[in-house]
Amino acid sequence: MAKTGSRIAAIAAFLVTFAACGGSAGPTVATDVGITSNGILLGTTIALSGVAASYGTIASAENAYFTYINNQGGVNGRKITFKILDDVYAPPTAVTLTKQLVEQDQVFAMFSGLGTQTQTSVRDYLNSKKVPQLFVATGATTFDADFGKPSPADSSIKWNYTIGWQPPYQGESRIYAKDILANHSTAKIGVLYQNDDYGQDYLKGLTDGLGSNSSMIIDKESFDATSPNVTSQLVKLHASGADTLFVFAIPTPTITALATVTALHWKPQIYINSVSSVASYMKFAESKGAFIDGATSVGYIKDPTDPQWANDDGMKLYKTVIANCSTCDANNGFNIYGVAVAYTMVDVLKQAGTNMTRANVMSIAANQLNENNPFLLPNVVVKTSSTDHFPIMQEQVIQWSAHAWHLQGSIIDERGTIK
Amino acid sequence: MQEFIQLLVSGLANGGIFASLALALVLIYNAMGLVNFAQGEMAMFATFIAFTLIGRGFNYWIAFPLTLVIAFAGGVLIERVVIRPVERAPVLTLVIVTLGLATLVNGTAGFLFGYEPRVFPSPFSVRTVNIIGAFVSYRDLGVIATSAVVLVLIYVLLQRTTLGLTMRAAAHHPEASRLLGVRVSWMLALGWGLASAVGALSGIMVAPVLVLEPNLMQTIIIYAFAAAVLGGIESPLGAVVGGLIVGVTVNLAGAYIPFVGGDLQLAVALAIIVGVLVIKPNGLFGRASVRNV
Amino acid sequence: MRRLRSLPPRYWLVLVVVLFFVGLPTVVPSFQSSEWAQVLIFAIVIMGLNILVGFSGQISLGHGALMALGAYTSAILIHRYHMDYLVTIPIAGLLTGAVGFLLGIPALRLSALYLALATFALAVVTPSLIKRPADLTGGVRGILIAAPDPPQFAKDAFGAVTGGSAMTSDQWLYYVSLMIAILLFWFAWNLVRNRPGRAMRAIRDREVAAAASGINIAGYKTLAFGISAFYAGIAGALYGLTSGFVSPDSFPLALSFQLLVGTVIGGLASIAGPLIGGTFTFWLPIVSSQFVGSQPWIPTQIASTFKDAGPAVTYGALLILIMIFAPNGIAGLLASGYAYLRRRLLGAADRKSGHMPPDPQTV
Repeated sequence: MAKTGSRIAAIAAFLVTFAACGGSAGPTVATDVGITSNGILLGTTIALSGVAASYGTIASAENAYFTYINNQGGVNGRKITFKILDDVYAPPTAVTLTKQLVEQDQVFAMFSGLGTQTQTSVRDYLNSKKVPQLFVATGATTFDADFGKPSPADSSIKWNYTIGWQPPYQGESRIYAKDILANHSTAKIGVLYQNDDYGQDYLKGLTDGLGSNSSMIIDKESFDATSPNVTSQLVKLHASGADTLFVFAIPTPTITALATVTALHWKPQIYINSVSSVASYMKFAESKGAFIDGATSVGYIKDPTDPQWANDDGMKLYKTVIANCSTCDANNGFNIYGVAVAYTMVDVLKQAGTNMTRANVMSIAANQLNENNPFLLPNVVVKTSSTDHFPIMQEQVIQWSAHAWHLQGSIIDERGTIK
Repeated sequence: MQEFIQLLVSGLANGGIFASLALALVLIYNAMGLVNFAQGEMAMFATFIAFTLIGRGFNYWIAFPLTLVIAFAGGVLIERVVIRPVERAPVLTLVIVTLGLATLVNGTAGFLFGYEPRVFPSPFSVRTVNIIGAFVSYRDLGVIATSAVVLVLIYVLLQRTTLGLTMRAAAHHPEASRLLGVRVSWMLALGWGLASAVGALSGIMVAPVLVLEPNLMQTIIIYAFAAAVLGGIESPLGAVVGGLIVGVTVNLAGAYIPFVGGDLQLAVALAIIVGVLVIKPNGLFGRASVRNV
Repeated sequence: MRRLRSLPPRYWLVLVVVLFFVGLPTVVPSFQSSEWAQVLIFAIVIMGLNILVGFSGQISLGHGALMALGAYTSAILIHRYHMDYLVTIPIAGLLTGAVGFLLGIPALRLSALYLALATFALAVVTPSLIKRPADLTGGVRGILIAAPDPPQFAKDAFGAVTGGSAMTSDQWLYYVSLMIAILLFWFAWNLVRNRPGRAMRAIRDREVAAAASGINIAGYKTLAFGISAFYAGIAGALYGLTSGFVSPDSFPLALSFQLLVGTVIGGLASIAGPLIGGTFTFWLPIVSSQFVGSQPWIPTQIASTFKDAGPAVTYGALLILIMIFAPNGIAGLLASGYAYLRRRLLGAADRKSGHMPPDPQTV
């Protein structure tokens, strides 16, 4: 406590001095709801049980990073408390819990809420109350692309308190489109996609990225969580004559899809979406007989199971941080994602300094980010500006061989391609 | 044409999965005149037990039968503790209890084992075999083969042994059986134990084909219901035949009927259930029963 | 006056409960009004489900699907056809009621167990069905619904009672839900007390005998389906309004299951049951994941186990326990507890009039 007191005294002294020097308006000292002299309260809703519960570990990983930061004294003397609530992936529950977090728990901001439908359901509410909806944990392009736009339901609500973080799904599939046009320009493409916002968003990015060449997609087959498997879809794709296959699905169906492709004695050029391409899932697929050598994906985060990062400082930091979470598997790609996005959150809070208002923090997150994140691939920068609200738009192509992903070429920048 | 044959063959493979679980449903129905909504979850849980045993170092061929025994004991235990108090309650109560059980088992599995997908080994290889131009893996064939073996065993038990007869009598005419000295309650427990073991076998065979996770059986159970209903809820042969038909129909409908497409395949199962129940409630192999007033 | 005083205690209870609910938003924070509005919404569905399951003996595991129909009807009318949101509520109810009535026809052929199965499959396939006509339903993007502004008279009344606080949209929607719940409660109560209720109970208990007495089995059973669907449709529309959003994931299988659970736990064939059931359905997940964890007197091990296990485990366990020990649900428990107390305190018969106490299950 004494330390904090003396810090505040130091800041005050600095301010007085600065003001006395007649400089331009000094750094603002301000607080807001959810900020106390020694604490910052953040909240989130995520699926901790039920069908989407495998994502729940993300929040635990984020909390592990906050614990690490708190152990070092916190952010400008304030420790972060992160309240995590289980919305069982259902929008009405997310709405109820978000209202509770905002109106009863009085959080400063919502951080890394997970799920496209769930985060869409609370977007209007949070923006109407000017509570930051920071770094939502979904690649749905709308959270970046529609920044500042008015809500279709109530045009008086502008979405300028919402921002995403990870590369949008459409951006990722545009990279695939570029890769195909550059390296496989005569490809006949078949797409297996999940019939939800996730799969449809990816498909749109691919189609848009191919532009006038979108007729290269000769067949697309959708499936659903309630489909027994993806076999009939893959049989049709195979029969269509496609020699290139895109799999836009979450991990479990991706694994069975890859195994089925090999079982059908089909050897297309395979593209796997980045959420499901985590190395442990690929090895899982191989154990089921999938032959995926030469499969392509993209990455923007370091893979904890990739030996090339064994001595990397960022990876070592990650391993230290994740030890704070007893239930987290360090090899799970979701966990390094959580730590990476928490890093950005802390970065924003640090940048806010003493001006801890929601408006300022939101402004930094949406317009002033320029961060080198130790957990992301080298040269990937987390960046936003007043004209660009897509924090991460760079990824690198990776190819699978010898039971591991290998970086190919250099970072591809998709900035500015999605309007 | 090739596509059609492949769809057919893959559909049969799918159908094997549905059939294996449907057999457990049929067994429960024969034992107590009720469909157990928790059958799939119990099968999944038993598979996780096997997974844990293998993880602890047990050889697959020891863990496998050990799990079946544990599953049998578990089924009996559940019947004694959860079902027995409501044995004579109306159908609604029993349905709700089995639903509660399903939720409980699923939640417990998620809590104990986590939601990460797990690899589960199989004695069958992943390699494929060529059948009239279509490919099916040995694992899929293994599922069908095991289901066929279980079918025979169940048929023999129910139709050719005194024990099976006693079980069926206890299910259909509990009062009369009691008068004849049958321990109806224990017949019920036996039925649950056997069904649980059959379910465990289904899970163990199916998990390598799909992915082991708590939600493994969540949609399969509905297809299994469709299979059991189509085949006649009392008939083990019906369960297998029904399973194969459902598997093929779902595949073909998904591929050739644009309205169904790849994402409304479950609606096909729903249509089968409702259609059979409305048109021919006893299914293909069931026998019509007369309801006494 | 004498009539008032000789009213059975339950009428006073109803009055107290109504007053409690009317006054609630004036004393609790706005978002809690939204939470209690959802309690009322669940109570409405459960009232309908109660008529179907408790009074006419037909199981439905698919009422989440009917809620979805009501919610989407209302959302589409608001979003595409710019209808006033209040008008969409009865339309949603009537449309869903008609669909429910039609569903009741094939349901006649299905025995209890198979009906459960068929409606279960319906509930599972509902999210996929919603996604299909994407132009109409917004597909996976869902439909956003603007939070309605309270009308002036409501704002004035609220301000007068609370000494000047502005009425929020959440509070207004709460009152809308409350008014509708009271109306529908009254309607259900009348239904159950009169001929349709008696006919349904006769069908539930002894169908063959009921048929022999000349009751139109098919008519009443499909009517029960239709009415319960009507309730679900209205509740669905309100559900969409209070959430401000409808999407396929808003109506998972779990919802249908929770509704049936709420019906049973509240107490089948009881009138108070739906309110208890609605309270339970809404609050259980929140209590099991948050409340337990925040109580210092519960050891951390137990609390974190409870929280990590998720609401599913608690639901399942509670359901089983209640079906075993209290098959008449909480309302049944309360009623028999009350009857027991009365017997102990007053003797078996009422001393003044010599009448035996009424059967707690009848109204």
